[in-house]
Amino acid sequence: MNLFLAQTAWELRLAFRRRADLVLVLLFFGLVAALFPFAIGPEANLLQRLAPGIIWVTALLSVLLSLERLFLADYEDGTLDLLVAGALPLELVVLAKTLAHWLTAAVPLIIAAPVVSLLYNLSAEAIGWLLLSMALGTPNLSLVGAVGAALALGARRGGVLIPLLVLPLYVPTLIFGVMACEAALAGLPAKPYLLISGAIFLVMLFVAPIAAAAALRQAVE
Amino acid sequence: MHRFANPGRFQRLADRILPWTSAGAAVALLVGLYLALVASPPDYQQGESVRIMYVHVPSAWMALFIYVMIAVASACSVIWRHPLADLAARAASPMGASFAFLTLVTGSLWGKPMWGTWWVWDARLTSMLILFFLYLGHMALMNAFEDQAKGYRAAAILALVGLINIPIIKFSVDWWSTLHQPASVLRMDGPTIDASLLVPLLTMAVGFKLYFASLLLLGIKSELTAARLRALQVTKMRMT
Repeated sequence: MNLFLAQTAWELRLAFRRRADLVLVLLFFGLVAALFPFAIGPEANLLQRLAPGIIWVTALLSVLLSLERLFLADYEDGTLDLLVAGALPLELVVLAKTLAHWLTAAVPLIIAAPVVSLLYNLSAEAIGWLLLSMALGTPNLSLVGAVGAALALGARRGGVLIPLLVLPLYVPTLIFGVMACEAALAGLPAKPYLLISGAIFLVMLFVAPIAAAAALRQAVE
Repeated sequence: MHRFANPGRFQRLADRILPWTSAGAAVALLVGLYLALVASPPDYQQGESVRIMYVHVPSAWMALFIYVMIAVASACSVIWRHPLADLAARAASPMGASFAFLTLVTGSLWGKPMWGTWWVWDARLTSMLILFFLYLGHMALMNAFEDQAKGYRAAAILALVGLINIPIIKFSVDWWSTLHQPASVLRMDGPTIDASLLVPLLTMAVGFKLYFASLLLLGIKSELTAARLRALQVTKMRMT
């Protein structure tokens, strides 16, 4: 447990040293979200209706941006070999890295989402549901993303490969995240969708570290 | 199963099976096509365009079946490092993608006269599209490494993760939107489809399966021959 926390803290400190990356992801999130009204038109009702979907897709793409650096630096400078041989099981190393990735890549997006929602005239209540659905859904993005990032290590064109591997697997998370918000906006209960999001998260919490660790082992072989 | 890890033994067995499967595929496909295109009656609602179904439905079954087969082969590869399992996955993946693609194309050809549009965002169409993308990802990952063995390992892990995700994707997409007719052949209370349509459909399905089996055996055989060729070339280079 101590090792796990130490690993997480280490990853967080590394991410914090590279603050510029985090700021760039946030900027990307804001910019893309601000781009949609130009494409769709400034009509307030339409934008309001599309807002949950747009914000979710934008958040998903922003998370995708930061996936490649999840293992790549460690792979290139040989840290990964030490981690594979280290005392902490590789599955837990993956979990620590994923946790750090979620805290540094997804949580800032959740914090920024209310600001973006204001651009789309979402009500305070709708923003609340959006945040809740993102809080439950984005860990999935990090977990599945970790599998994709681990699989693409050492591949040619790894950066382009990751979205191809990961995006089809993101579909359920996206569907239930957006449906929760839309149900809440329409006055229907959003709880079932949030519960399913949580269930998918639990399944992935079990599957993803095992798969990613297997992929890392074969990458350093 | 490990008996067939020996490439020579597998080659001999494949040589013996292959004529049967390919002849069976040819017969089943010819008979099936005759039954489907000529002998079977047109549907009272859909008219002649029901005949697209005889290609569409077996392709969809094959697309799903091949993914499961790849996942089983991947499990064999990850657990036992069975050398032929990787080759089977490699040979099957493009075929699965082709069947998924065929399903999508025939489906949209059928949808245009029936539903009035080439594409609707319906649950079954969408999950087949996602399956198609999963195949593409699998193929891309398999070929993305300098070291082919690494590509096999990575693709095997991806296929297993995909297998766990397919039910989740299917379920979520079903919840999201449904317009497609429900299953009419594989049901607990027996098929709801009339025998005059069911017989050609099943004949076609058998034909597709035998066709796939023949191509799979051929694919593995040619991979083995290519590997032997490479080994011979390396030996020759060492000799000179």
